[in-house]
Formats: sequence, structure tokens, C-alpha cells
Amino acid sequence: MDKSMKDAVQKIVIKHGVGKEFLLPILKEVQKLNKYHYIPQDVSQYMAKYMGIHESEVYEVISFYAEFSEVPRGENVIKVCDSTVCKVNDNEELIGLLEDVLGIGMGETSENKKFSLEFSPCFGACDIAPAIRINGEVFGNLNKERLEEILQYYKEGPHEKNS
Amino acid sequence: MKRIVSFITENFEKEVLESFEISSGLLRASNMTEDEIIEEISLSGLKGRGGAAYPTGKKLAQSAVFKSDVKYLICNADEGEPGTFKDRDLLKYDALGVFEGMVISALAVRATDGILYLREEYSFLIDELENILSQMRSKKILGHNILDTGLNFDISIFSGAGAYICGEGTSLIESIEGKPGRPRNKPPYTKEQGLFMKPTLLNNVETYAAINAIMKNGYEEFIKYGTEKSPGTKLISLCGNVNSPGTYEIPFGVTLKEIIEKIGNGVKNERNVKFVQIGGISGPLILGKNLDIPFTYEDFDKIDVSMGSGAILVVDDQTDILDFLDAVQAFFKHESCGKCTPCREGNRQLLNVLARMRKGIETESDIVNIERIAKTMKYASFCGLGQTAPTALLSAIKNCPEEIFRRGEQHA
Repeated sequence: MDKSMKDAVQKIVIKHGVGKEFLLPILKEVQKLNKYHYIPQDVSQYMAKYMGIHESEVYEVISFYAEFSEVPRGENVIKVCDSTVCKVNDNEELIGLLEDVLGIGMGETSENKKFSLEFSPCFGACDIAPAIRINGEVFGNLNKERLEEILQYYKEGPHEKNS
Repeated sequence: MKRIVSFITENFEKEVLESFEISSGLLRASNMTEDEIIEEISLSGLKGRGGAAYPTGKKLAQSAVFKSDVKYLICNADEGEPGTFKDRDLLKYDALGVFEGMVISALAVRATDGILYLREEYSFLIDELENILSQMRSKKILGHNILDTGLNFDISIFSGAGAYICGEGTSLIESIEGKPGRPRNKPPYTKEQGLFMKPTLLNNVETYAAINAIMKNGYEEFIKYGTEKSPGTKLISLCGNVNSPGTYEIPFGVTLKEIIEKIGNGVKNERNVKFVQIGGISGPLILGKNLDIPFTYEDFDKIDVSMGSGAILVVDDQTDILDFLDAVQAFFKHESCGKCTPCREGNRQLLNVLARMRKGIETESDIVNIERIAKTMKYASFCGLGQTAPTALLSAIKNCPEEIFRRGEQHA
């Protein structure tokens, strides 16, 4: 872990406060420091030490919430809703298309680290089901053609929306 | 957005903040005593719109009893129930109305710190919400001595991090405190010792929006809608295999059939309704042949159905009910916080049995066990998540056993 990362973490902690009650907003920002949407172990260890709380308390929060990851993900995280509403709106063929176009299965990250495919619980876009989220942005009313267009756009990158 | 009535959703079509005016409801409340505000809400018959349907007036009265130098007032916008998105639209089209409802409630219970707990998935709303809050501060309806009432009250936004369980009040509070969102033991109740062990009032987004609308128009106008036992209007999230899914405000008393046909413009591709799921993924199934039931608390009570958040998921006859139930249980397995055994293990075991049922290789003991496990979860789980996780399954066993046990019979 280099000094610039330490400084960045310190800055975020100071902005919010050192109390445990600021853990969620702090972790959100710390995760954004990483291009691969995760919080490396040395970073969470440093954070815990700096905030004066136990490492396990930080890890517990990271592992509990879906937004946080302790392992690297792709630059573009694609979340596919697999809840009931998207299911009854035939999201199956979208999943097949995503896997084919990206060459990875659900739950995997591509070798060039460009894309991750994840299942996600409902993100409240049921009125435009079937829907997916790419780096937090929702795309709904999807069919094969529309999804292909969207993927093409992201494949051509560079896209640094969340950084 | 199509609206049938627009009591709560009055401002949905206005250009937001084109002319920022303090709502007449808030001005009215600022000239009333705490008891008068609570009385007005009690007379409206408003019930909690997050799902529990606890009388709001009663909740405010119980909260008002606890005096404290710091008192929290939380708006629960952790709308994680699959099939529900009405709170998203309320915050998108009339967040000011929601915030004003929070201020009115703060006046009623003398709260000092407001928090909007916004689910991570709705983060795209944050900039606009912050913008509205700062305008409210500049108009002095947030901050020091609001509208000369002597009350100091401000609202901040807390962004969640993706956990369905945090829609449960005490889990939400744990989450704000920087911990994993696991439910707390009750008592103590949040009204007495909630966030940071201070008295805390917690309501759903729609409840605050309704409080604002009632205060603006008077409870007499509100109870003109609906039925005697379900006065007023309700926001529904209509979705699934319908032609026009969306958020709609309806008066209580409309039947499910009317909702699907007139509001949702019928089922897609003119298929038939196999069933609807009410109140989200934790809700029961009502079969397509029973859709003449009016959308009211009392009519739903008669058939042991809880209205929940007002989600109505319409499923056509192409969907296999076992596939559907499998998706329901998979969701709960993923979202169970793991604290109590019935929920943590129950969902896993239900999925095991469902997997055999889908293959048509379930045993006779599976048929007995699936109901036993489901009931154990319903009665012995620690919080609402586990208690309601088997609701859809139990309703399917009760209403259409032939649909789900059909394969077992073939193979017996």
C-alpha cells in the first residue's frame, strides 16, 4: 500500500469522522479509490488502525453488504436482477446473451478485467423489467438488440464513470 | 405516469422547484399544537405504508411521549422489496412533499434530527435530494427555529450499502450505526431507544408523503376516498406481465381485476393471469380466478393476505409456479442475515426440497417436510424477514397444491 493511498484514506476518514458510525460512508468512498471496485485487505486493515476500531469490525461490514467487495471485480460491474419480476419478464435470454458476448459466466470476471457479471437482488426497476445495472446505472426494458447495443458501448470504452 | 387519483401525488407533474413554496400543510402544522397534529393524522385513519399497517396517529402519539434532547426521525427509503418502486417515484417526483411530511412529523413529536435512509440502488437521486434540502434550509423550514415554532430540526441523507434486511427498522438503525444490518431484540422499542439509544420515530416514505397531503387538504378530504375501514388512497407498484406497469395512486376499494385491466391495461399478449403476488416477494399469491377482491385492508384480512407495501406483481400462465417459488426462496436465502436458525437454515432446506420437486423426484417426506419447515420459519424466525420468507410458498400449498405437488403424484 503506497503513501498516496494512505493519504487518500486518511482524507476520507477525516472528512467524515473517526467514529464507527461513519464506517459505511467511509467504505463507500474508499472503495471508489479502486478501479476494480473493491477494498483490498491492506487498505481495510490500515483504515481500521487509523480509525481505532478492530479489523474484524471493518471486515464484518464489508462482507455483510452487497455493495462492498473484498476481491477485485471488473472495471465495469454488470449486475443482473434475478428477482421474481425480472424472471417473469424473461430475463433468461439476456443472461445467455451477456455470457456469450462477454465470454464469462455469471459470477465471473473477464481475463482482461474489463467486466464482471453478478446476480443482484431487485434494485427497484420492476416497472422497466427486465433490467440490469452497469456501474450503478440502470438499463431497463431490455431485449436482445438493446442489450447488444449497450454492451457494444461499454466494450469500446474507456469508461471511468465511477472513478 | 398515469394517475387515477392524485391526493398524495398531486405534484408529480409539476416542474420540481420551479417555484419553491412552503407547503400549506407545513404552514398549517406550524400553527398547531403537537396534539392537534397527531389528532388530525389519527382522524385520517392513515396506516403505515411500509407494510406493517400500524396506525400512524397512534405511532406519533406513542413517540411524542418520549422527551429527549436528541430525538431521531427516520424516513425508511430502503425500498428493497422486489416488485416495489413507489417510494423511488415519490422521491423522484415529489421529494419535497416527503421532506415536508418529515418536518410536520418532527413538529408533532419534537424530533431534532431527521435522516433519510436511502437504499444504495437509489443513489442516483442523492444530488437532487440534497439540492431540495438546501433550498429548504434557505427557506428556514429546516434548521434553527423552524417557522418560529422553536423547533430545531434538520434532515441528512444516509446511503445504504445493499441489504434487503435493512428495510427492517432495527436493522436499518444498526446499519446507520456502522454495523451489519442485523435485527435487534425488542424491547426496548425504537420509539424509546432506537438510533444511538435515543428515542426514534421511523416511517416509510409514502407515510410521510401522506402526512403532508393530509395536513395540506385536511383529513376530511382524505377520508372521502376509500372505504370506511380503509380510508384514503394508496400508492401501488404494478408490475410483471401487464401492459402498463408503473406507480399509481388508487383509492382503496378498487378490485384487483380492475387494477390489472383498467390501470395496467390488461395482461401482456392477452394471456391469462395465473396468479398475482401481493406486497412484494414476502407476500402471498392470489390465484387468477380470485381477482374480484377489492384492494382494502379488510377484504385482504378475510383471506389472510397482508397488503404489504402495495406491490402487485401480475404473473401470466406461462410461468411455472415452482420456478417462481424457487426464485422467491433463492432471494431469501441470499438476503437472510444469518442471525437465527429458522431463517438461515429454513431457506436452504426449502430450496433443497423445491429442487427435487422441480425435477419431479420429491419423496413423500418432502411433501410433509416442506410445510413443516415453512411453518417453523413463519412462527420461529427472529424478524419479519424469516417470518414472511415462506409466505408465498405456504399460500401456494394452501391455494393450489395440485400445481406444486403434481409431479410427486405422477411419480408416486
